[in-house]
Amino acid sequence: MNKTGRNAKTPSPPAAPVSRRRLLQAGAALGGTAGVAGGVVPGMLASSAYAQGSDRPIRIGFQVHRTGIGAVYGRWYERTANAAAAFINDLGGIAGRPVEIVPEDDGTDPKRGAEVVEKLAVQHKVDFVYGPLFSHVVIGSAPRAGELKIPYFVVSEGYHVASGKLNRYVFQPGITDVRAQVTAIAGWVMDNLGKRVAMIYPDYAFGYDHRDFFSAAAESRGGTITAHLAIPPTESSYTRYFPRIPPDTEVLYHVMVGPGVLTFVKEMGEHFGSRRPEIFGFIDSLEGVDIASPGLGFLDGTYLWEALPRYADGYPTRFEANFRRAVGVDANGASAADGKDVATYSHMFGCWETLFAIKEAVEASGYRTPRDYPALIETLEGFRYFNEGLGHPQGGKQFVGALHQCFGQQFISRVADRRLNVVHRTAIEDGLYPPEADYTKQPL
Amino acid sequence: MSFGPYLFLAFLEGTVTAFVLALTALGLSLVFGVMRIVNVAHGEFFMLGAVLAWYCSTLLEGSPLAGFALALLLAPLAVGALALASDWLILRRVNYNPESTIVATIGLLYIVQQLVLTFYGPEARPVAAPVYFRVSFPWFGYSGYKLIVAGLAAALLLATWYAMSRTRLGLYMRATQQDLEIAQAFGVPVRRVYATVFALGAMLAAVAGVLIVPVQQAHYLMGLDPLLLSFIVVIIGGLGSLKGTVVAAFLIGISDGMISVFFSPTLAKILATLLVAAVLVFRPGGLFGDNRA
Repeated sequence: MNKTGRNAKTPSPPAAPVSRRRLLQAGAALGGTAGVAGGVVPGMLASSAYAQGSDRPIRIGFQVHRTGIGAVYGRWYERTANAAAAFINDLGGIAGRPVEIVPEDDGTDPKRGAEVVEKLAVQHKVDFVYGPLFSHVVIGSAPRAGELKIPYFVVSEGYHVASGKLNRYVFQPGITDVRAQVTAIAGWVMDNLGKRVAMIYPDYAFGYDHRDFFSAAAESRGGTITAHLAIPPTESSYTRYFPRIPPDTEVLYHVMVGPGVLTFVKEMGEHFGSRRPEIFGFIDSLEGVDIASPGLGFLDGTYLWEALPRYADGYPTRFEANFRRAVGVDANGASAADGKDVATYSHMFGCWETLFAIKEAVEASGYRTPRDYPALIETLEGFRYFNEGLGHPQGGKQFVGALHQCFGQQFISRVADRRLNVVHRTAIEDGLYPPEADYTKQPL
Repeated sequence: MSFGPYLFLAFLEGTVTAFVLALTALGLSLVFGVMRIVNVAHGEFFMLGAVLAWYCSTLLEGSPLAGFALALLLAPLAVGALALASDWLILRRVNYNPESTIVATIGLLYIVQQLVLTFYGPEARPVAAPVYFRVSFPWFGYSGYKLIVAGLAAALLLATWYAMSRTRLGLYMRATQQDLEIAQAFGVPVRRVYATVFALGAMLAAVAGVLIVPVQQAHYLMGLDPLLLSFIVVIIGGLGSLKGTVVAAFLIGISDGMISVFFSPTLAKILATLLVAAVLVFRPGGLFGDNRA
């Protein structure tokens, strides 16, 4: 049904002209006055914008994994969301109204997640809900957002938004989904590392996205998957899985979100020793973990996907530098206040970008109260791209309104000398796939 | 990999798992055997041991062996002190009532977990092994430290058996276990025995945490899994039976190793749970427990 192509079928009102112009102004101001995105925020803009709207704040409910298995991510997501809100307020807020973040812990638990969405919507009376990462929480919470008819902006990576299995109120405008990520890097892996790949992934939805879409992308490029190893999420020992990897495997592909990752890497080293295949992994497992940690030595010479390079020299733009400084991250990807507190850098930019996407959608649609949700949703569905800039430091993004999903560039880094060095950057087009859903056909 | 080495790896994995399980379950089994209470916070004592080992390793950075030795000394002491305090502040107040103790130790579990989350943080932090070497077999390599863990666990099990059967404290403990009132009548300081047993159980869990943390990482949620497995082992082995705990740990450990290498880890867990159900139906007291009840 979508044979006509992704962009042709979406109605295309001019996408957020006001906000983009404002962003460009702000960017120019920053670039011009402060050189490398210094600490000065354009004060002129700030004061004039607030003066226009003496409205009540825009309240954005923030569903955060403060406790539970997602707590490492949650902490950085919260820091990023707060930094983005402060930055937006310094720029003059959203449509002249200040932004207020209303955080609520969901314990990285799907059941609690649905309750949090309801609490934020009904009790705190927020304008939007935003922020969750873990796929099971998003899948558990999204139906409640749809029932309550409140826009729900997730920063979750999983293919669940773009697959069409959620609902019209759920958007992912700030981070590329897994299917696009693995499609984008598959070609590079085939060409540079090898065509016979064994896959190790967690035994739940997020892992299955990797299994299904990387396998498909690899096979379409003449690759073969030699083994599929699904690992239960609470696993603490991995030695028992490695014998299932056939000896003629050229590439080991691993993605393992969970606290066991260091053990995984260490046991992988113990098992293979120097006779290892090429290794390609997703940094998801190592977010919040120092690459120079004891036991990670075996990763030297292997490759990792990154959405936004952890080390500042990986993607040195002034927008990235501004983002890094605003959130409080040093050039090595750790907290500026504590070098041992490593950020979840390949994911948390999504919180920043999503807040700016909300800002752009609110301003373009003229949203004022929840009565304007339909206008906001239809406006956002009409967006086709987000320009790289202060609000989108990871890079420009295509946005497909029918899928409620954005598509951005990806990075591949090589581990050497206990740090990450970018070796390849994909184009947005590398990750595009034929859409399987159209949310715009659902009723509002 | 051909069948022989595959089987060997499964056996190796199973043996290490078994020793670790036995050590972790031992404290739980002791506490239940003597005091007839279920300590739901047992896994948190294990986790505290691991977290304290991380602190010791950062204190003595550069020398993993010294850090490990310090942790082996400090972690059980600190965790034992905490257990004594909780015995005095909580368990004694609810008069060791089995139901109230379960609820109270669930509370203790959450308090410990959230305090660690607050002060230590949500990260899984690695601790370097005190000695690190890779045992290289012709078909695959294996962690040398894991074999050391199995050896140390065996030594600790022996030490506990010795303490139980050859010392005065062991005698007191066995007497209290067999009949509280008669023991009291013979002058056994039952309250003190209770406090000591609770602290000892916690200390054993902490030592297990220190031993395991170089193989896993210190993480504030790491206590939940060992707790579950310890319950399985203790129920199958028979609550309060040292021999039963060890036998059950080997039963679960080796079968877990074999099944998860040859089939899937999930199937291994399913079978372990089924085994628990079967034991509860046919021998409610466990394989080596008191089945008269």
